[in-house]
Amino acid sequence: MLQIDTWKRVLIWSVLVIGVILSLPNAFYTRVEQHNDAVTAIERQGETEERLAAAESWPSYVPSGLVNLGLDLRGGAHLLTEVRVGDAYASRMEALWPEVRDALRPLRSEIGTIRLQQGDPAELRVKISQPEGMATALAEVRKLAAPVVSVAAAGETDIVVTGEEDDLVVRLSEAEQRATDDRTLSQTLEIIRRRIDEVGTREPTIQRQGSDRILIQVPGIGSAAELKEIIGTTAQLTFQPVVRRAANAEADAGVGNEVLPSLDEGDGFYVVEKAPVVTGEELVDAQPSFDQNGRPAVNFRFNTSGARKFGDYTAENIGEPFAIVLDNEVISAPVIQAHIAGGSGIITGNFNVEESTKLAVLLRAGALPVGLDFLEERTIGPELGQDSIDAGKVACMVAGVAVLAFMFFSYGLFGFFANIALILNIAMLFGLLSLIGATLTLPGIAGIVLTVGMAVDANVLIFERIREELKTAKGPARAIELGYEKALSAIVDANITTIITAIILFVMGSGPVRGFAITLGFGIITSVFTAIYVTRLFVTMWFERKRPKAIVV
Amino acid sequence: MMRIKLVPEETKWDFFSKSKIWLGISMFMIVIAFASFMIQGLNFGIDFRGGTTVRTESTENIDVGQYRAALAELELGDVVISEVFDPSFREDQHVAMIRIEAQDDQEAVQSDVIAAMLAALQTVSPDIKFTSVESVGPKVSGELIKTAALAVVAAIGAVLVYIWLRFEWQFALGAVLALVHDVVLTIGVFSELQIRFDLAIIAALLTIVGYSLNDTVVVFDRVRENLIKYKKLDLKEVLNMSINQTLSRTLMTSVTTLIALIAMFVLGGDVIRGFIFAMIWGIFVGTYSSIFVASALLNVLGVKRDWTKTDGNAGTQFSGIDA
Repeated sequence: MLQIDTWKRVLIWSVLVIGVILSLPNAFYTRVEQHNDAVTAIERQGETEERLAAAESWPSYVPSGLVNLGLDLRGGAHLLTEVRVGDAYASRMEALWPEVRDALRPLRSEIGTIRLQQGDPAELRVKISQPEGMATALAEVRKLAAPVVSVAAAGETDIVVTGEEDDLVVRLSEAEQRATDDRTLSQTLEIIRRRIDEVGTREPTIQRQGSDRILIQVPGIGSAAELKEIIGTTAQLTFQPVVRRAANAEADAGVGNEVLPSLDEGDGFYVVEKAPVVTGEELVDAQPSFDQNGRPAVNFRFNTSGARKFGDYTAENIGEPFAIVLDNEVISAPVIQAHIAGGSGIITGNFNVEESTKLAVLLRAGALPVGLDFLEERTIGPELGQDSIDAGKVACMVAGVAVLAFMFFSYGLFGFFANIALILNIAMLFGLLSLIGATLTLPGIAGIVLTVGMAVDANVLIFERIREELKTAKGPARAIELGYEKALSAIVDANITTIITAIILFVMGSGPVRGFAITLGFGIITSVFTAIYVTRLFVTMWFERKRPKAIVV
Repeated sequence: MMRIKLVPEETKWDFFSKSKIWLGISMFMIVIAFASFMIQGLNFGIDFRGGTTVRTESTENIDVGQYRAALAELELGDVVISEVFDPSFREDQHVAMIRIEAQDDQEAVQSDVIAAMLAALQTVSPDIKFTSVESVGPKVSGELIKTAALAVVAAIGAVLVYIWLRFEWQFALGAVLALVHDVVLTIGVFSELQIRFDLAIIAALLTIVGYSLNDTVVVFDRVRENLIKYKKLDLKEVLNMSINQTLSRTLMTSVTTLIALIAMFVLGGDVIRGFIFAMIWGIFVGTYSSIFVASALLNVLGVKRDWTKTDGNAGTQFSGIDA
C-alpha cells in the first residue's frame, strides 16, 4: 500500500532542508557578498574594523556560498586571446646562435667560414663555405641538443639539425615545439594573472582554452579596451648596446644588429646589437618615480646576476650610449657616465605620470614571452547587466505565480502539493548552484524559467496517471501508488533525453550558453527528485492523516 | 471546486484518419523553410559571421539616419543600425544596436575603432554611451559555427541512440525525424522573419530538441505499454489510443511551459527575446510534431508486435525502483 519507510522520509526531508539552507545566502545577496569579500580581505591583508563589521554581518555558521553572476548580468569584460606560441621558437633560435657559432668556430679548417642566413625566424640557417665538412659540422652542432623537458616526450632531443646543400639548418623538434608551446602558454597565463592582480579587480577568470588560447573574464571592469591595455602590451624590456644612429627604418643594420625606432626623438632610429646586455626578466622591482628634473620616470632594480652583467657592461663602456628598449622601441639611449654598480637605475623618457605608473606595473609583473592576438572581446556595461537582472527577476516571479495558479486550478489539492514541491525545487536548484559555485547568466535565468515550466511535467504525468487509474476504481491508495509507478518510466525517459541535450550544451557551449546548460541540467535533477520523492511524501502524509475514501485529482 | 480542464476527461479523437494531410502539411512547411533558408539565408549574429555589435543608450530620441551619417565618415564597411524598443525601458531610455562588419581577417575589433565610433556618435547625441560592445574575430566565428552545428548533430545523434536502446529502431527514427522537422521549421522561421541568429539560439534549438523529445517519448512510452496490453489491436488504433490517453498531459505541460516562457518573453527584456521566441515557437512545433509527425511516422514505419520475448514489463521498466 501507500507507504514510505521512515529512513526514507528522514532522507528526503534532510535533502530538502540542506537544499534550502544552501540556497539561503542568495536571498541576502549583497550582504553575503560583502561578508565574503571582507573575509577574503581579512585573510589577505589583515583585519580592519570595517572589514570585521562586514564579516560579522552574516553569521559564520550559515553557508555563505553564492551563485556567481555571469558577465552578462554583472557587467565586465571578456577577452579571448590567442598566444602567438610560434614567436617563442624564434627567440629560442636567436638565443641558440651564439652557441652554434662558438661550436663551429674551432672547425674552421674543415668547414670554412660560417655565415648566418636571414630567413624563417623559426629556424637557424648557417651557410658554410666548405660543404664537404657538413658531416663534421652536423655532428658538432648536434652535440648541443638537450633532452626535452617533458614527461610526454621522454628520450627526445630538443633540436633537429639537418644539412640542406651548403646550409646547416637547426630547428626545434616537434616534441620540443609542443613542450615550448605549453611553457609559453603557462608563462603567459601566469603573467596575465599577475598583471590583472596588480590592478586589483575582483574574481577574474583566467583559463587556458585549447593549446594556444587564454580566456580572460574580469567582472566590474569598464571595458575590454581597458583590459587589453593591461594585458596586451608585451612589456619586453631590454638594454642593448647602440651601434650608431640611423636616418630611417630601412638602414642597413648588418648581421646581428637591428634598426629600432626611437620614442624620445620623434622620427629618429637607432641601430643596436640584437643580443641584449640585460633583459627585463632580471628585474626584481620597478616603481614609478621622478628624475632629477622632476619628470616622471621609472626606478628599477636588477637581481644579482642582472646587476653584475649591467655593472660589468657599464664599467667597460663608459662614454658609449646604450639603448633602453621596450617592445622594440627605444625609450631612451643615454650615454653611460660612470660604472653603475648596485644594479639599480632609472628609466627616463617622454612619460606622463600615468604612463610611468603603468610601465612600472608591467615591468613588475614581467614581460609576456610572446605577443597576443585578440580573437573575441565582449564588454557588458553594469547598467545593462542590472537591467537584465531586474527584468529577469520580474519575469521569474510572474512566471512562477502564473504556473502555481494554473497548477492549483487544474489539480486542486494535488496541484497545491506540486506547487510546494516546485518552490522547494527552485530553492534546491539555487542551493545546488551555490554549492558548486556555478555562474548564473541571462540564458541561465531562462533555463530556470524553463525549469519552472517543465518541473511540473513530472507531476502532471503522475497526476494524469492517477486520474486514469482512479477510473478503473481500485481505491484511492492503490490508484496513487499505481500512478507513481506507471508514470516513472515515462518520466525517466523524458528527462534523460533532456539531460543528454543539457550535457552536450555544456560540453560544446561557452559562456552564457554553458550557464543555460547548467541551470537546465540541475533543474532536471531537482525537479525529478521533487516529483517522485517530495510530492509523493506529501501525498502519503496527507493520505495517512485523512484516509479519504475517494479522491479527486 | 472549479477545475481547469484543457481536454475532456475521455477523448477518442481520431488523429490518424487525416494523417496523410498532416504529414503533407509538415512536408510543405519544411520545403518553405528550406526555400527561405536558401533564398534569404539566416540573419547571422556576430557570433557566426564575425564583426562587432555595439549597444548604445542615450536620453535623446534616436535618429538612425543621423547615426548612419555620423558613422559613414569612419568607413567601417557594412553598418547596420536598428533602434530597440522594449516595454521595460524607462521613458528617456533610447537604445540602438549597431553592427559593423569584421575589420580584420582574424582579430576582434581594435579599441581605437570603438573610441572613434563613440566620438562620432557623440556629435549627434552628446550623452550617448555604449552599454555593451561585443566583437568576434572571423577566426573564432568560423569555429563557433562549426561547434554549434556539431552540437545540434551530436544532440540528435545521442538521442537517436538512447531511444533506440530503450525502444525499437522505428521509434528512434520516428522521434528523430520529428526532431529534424522541429529544428528545420525553427531555422525556417528565423530565416523568414530575419531574426538575429546567434549562439544563444543554438542553445534554444537544443532545448527544443530536448523538449520535443520529451513529448514524443511520453507518447511512445504509452504506445509501448499499450502494444503489450492490446496485442491484437491494429497499430493505428494503438497509436491513436496512446495519443488520446497522453493528450491531457501533453497539453498541460505545453501550457505551463508556455506560461512561464511568455512571462519571460514579455518581461525579460530585449536582450533575451530572440532566445525566448525560439523556445516558444519550439514548444508549439514540438507539441504538434509529437502528436502529428512522430506517431504518424511510426505508423508508416510499422513496429514489431510481439513484445513477449523481450520484456513483459517493458512499459514499466523502472517499476522496480520504489520511491
